[in-house]
Amino acid sequence: MSEPARPGQAFGRVIWVPLTLSLRPILLALVIASLLSSGPARAEEPASAGSAQQEAGETNADGAGAAGAPAANAEKIRIVLAREIREDRLPPLSLLDIAPPDDGVAGAKLAISDNNTTGRFLGQEFVLGNVSSASKDELVAEVSRLVAEGVGFVIADAEPDTILKLADAVKDKDALIFNASAPDDMLREESCRKNVKHTAPTRSMLADALSQYFAWKQWRNWFLIIGPAEKDKLFADALRRAAKRFGHKIVEERTFEYDPGSRRSDGGFEQIQQQIPSFTQRAPAHDVVVVSDEGELFGDYFPYRTWDARPVAGTSGLYPTSWHPAVELWGGTQFQNRFKRLAGRTMRPLDYNVWMAIRSVGEAATRKKSTVTKDLIEYMRSPEFELAAFKGQKLTYRTWNGQLRQPILLATAKIQVTLSPQPGFLHQFTELDTLGIDKPESKCKAFAP
Amino acid sequence: MSTKRTNRSALFLPAMIAIGAALPIGSEALAYRVFVSNEKENTVSVIDSEKLEVIHTIKTGNRPRGIIMANGGKWVIVCASDDNQMQVFDAATYQLVKSLPSGPDPELQILHTSGNPLYVSNEDDNLVTVVDIFKGSVVTDIPVGVEPEGMGMSPDGKVLVNTSETTNMAHFIDTASLKNFDNVLVDNRPRVAEFKPDGSQVWVSAEIGSSVTVIDAASRKVLSKVTFEIQGITKDAIQPVGVRFTKDGKKAFAALGPANRVAVINGETFKVEKYILVGQRVWNLGFTPDDKLLFTTNGTSNDVTVIDVATEKPIKSIKVGRYPWGVVVAPGGEGAPAAGP
Repeated sequence: MSEPARPGQAFGRVIWVPLTLSLRPILLALVIASLLSSGPARAEEPASAGSAQQEAGETNADGAGAAGAPAANAEKIRIVLAREIREDRLPPLSLLDIAPPDDGVAGAKLAISDNNTTGRFLGQEFVLGNVSSASKDELVAEVSRLVAEGVGFVIADAEPDTILKLADAVKDKDALIFNASAPDDMLREESCRKNVKHTAPTRSMLADALSQYFAWKQWRNWFLIIGPAEKDKLFADALRRAAKRFGHKIVEERTFEYDPGSRRSDGGFEQIQQQIPSFTQRAPAHDVVVVSDEGELFGDYFPYRTWDARPVAGTSGLYPTSWHPAVELWGGTQFQNRFKRLAGRTMRPLDYNVWMAIRSVGEAATRKKSTVTKDLIEYMRSPEFELAAFKGQKLTYRTWNGQLRQPILLATAKIQVTLSPQPGFLHQFTELDTLGIDKPESKCKAFAP
Repeated sequence: MSTKRTNRSALFLPAMIAIGAALPIGSEALAYRVFVSNEKENTVSVIDSEKLEVIHTIKTGNRPRGIIMANGGKWVIVCASDDNQMQVFDAATYQLVKSLPSGPDPELQILHTSGNPLYVSNEDDNLVTVVDIFKGSVVTDIPVGVEPEGMGMSPDGKVLVNTSETTNMAHFIDTASLKNFDNVLVDNRPRVAEFKPDGSQVWVSAEIGSSVTVIDAASRKVLSKVTFEIQGITKDAIQPVGVRFTKDGKKAFAALGPANRVAVINGETFKVEKYILVGQRVWNLGFTPDDKLLFTTNGTSNDVTVIDVATEKPIKSIKVGRYPWGVVVAPGGEGAPAAGP
């Protein structure tokens, strides 16, 4: 997942669909939706489970919108998207939030196409390969093999421990891993790796973005609801830190223990309508209910059902995210349109995070006028590197831990509400560093000279 | 930043005399009409440059952005971006004359120096479309980079420069063969390309890169990169978009987006000489034909700042429609559009 759980993000991909069949993802999604709605069974495409598979043939510019063929004799830059299939993920609460099978993959295809449009003018060609597996070891072995063959850039949609395994497996090679999915601060802090860059925002960045807006709204008193999953606790940690950092008070914390049971059934709201108000009653006076439910067990049950009429935010209600399918600012409309033409659906945060990673490689190749992995990695580490990514300002990588600085959107399921950093939160170097763990507090040592 | 009326009339007296001398068409014809496209309101505000107030509002298609004069000052052509077409309005009567084809999501357009054809950047499909404005037909499409935007025309009409916002290049196109013959890498998200009046250089603004690149038009070598520093404004908020030269090429004015300033740049030394405080998120600029006044579109504050070019001071802000985007000033006086550009 790319951000703390929120419906509509990178969850529940249990299938792998070859890139070449453009209509299949949509059909499959429909089939799965109908399967899921009729019972608890989870759909799996047999081919997905177990074995690592790489696409037969790599794609350079897929589908609609690819502008022009790459120049003849173009020098190739090979990028691999490595996806860990998480079979233990629950289906989302809402049917609207079932992840498409090409979540992230479509973002990769758009970035490759964008890179190639520019590459056409410079004699550079970008080629995308795909590896996916439910087995961490297989995924790591396959990526290692490809890196040994000369692949320089690996975009990971994987669990945090897998990302560390990938990084360590290729640490002596000219290769760079991009973490496009895991929000864990640990990956940028005590377990940071010099050969990993992170386009996914951290939990601390997301929590700070929310907390700054609450400061602007004067929602000073929070009632924090925490789910039972380990990652819910991690996001709760980030929220506590963010509350303290921006002068808020958590008036009470409650853990919501809940057995999700079957996600699809004929009924449910009748009981939930009773459960949520009774769970939230007798809380001290509060301005906002903040939910940490990355596991997506219950969060969306809270809005409109709390005992006190209060807004809900966190992983449900108003939520922080790197991307939203309704963003139209800063040229976003054209970007969204381009994506829709290519993928036949709207862009999700994982697509965007993957897009930023591949565009970073493209941007480095354009500026360095080079296709040599080492040159590009070096350039991405230099202060000259900057990325334009439809966020209204340039994005850069933090030099001390490889995290991409970026404004964070706060949105409802339908529309953007605001953008953090909020006006007035100042910083000595860049206001974007008011979001997340800043250099003086960083525990990352790997980047020290 | 608005100034009182009394100040304004004092400032304008010399200007009026100068215009009156140049255009012998009666005292009522001293004013220019300034056309401002309002992106979110689907209107064009018409401002009288003498009264400095909105005298008319034209209803347009959806999301009006790029706006230019054509047909010897008789027409105003507006990109109706979300309607995937351009609209032609009569500059005197403000009536819709006709629609012109474009590609998807037309954003900025420029006329050939001869008055036809028109070149339009279609932000949504990586193409520059060439349109015959009299026949109302598409001549051809020229493939360029991702998200084409800025359009510059050399004074001799031989070279068209298009910028692409995500490819980050200035694409040089031969207007005779309609072939792209060179590409110059510039900083991130190039928005506007503008030739110096003598044709020697092309200046390209980069919104996210926070710079203006000066390119030698003949060799396509980068001569200089103008950067900006404003006390109390973070570098990230300095986002150059519109660039316009005075006719003598001695000064360039650059709109700096959310920095809410217009920079005055020396056309020879490329040094920034001054920052003029204007409204919020200033994007595009338009001079009156006599170079006396400069109008700025301030998107977020819904207004236009009028800058007195001689003193480099803002003299008034004029409320227009929602999210003003582009601006162009008609060549002639009220009711009597001047002959040819």
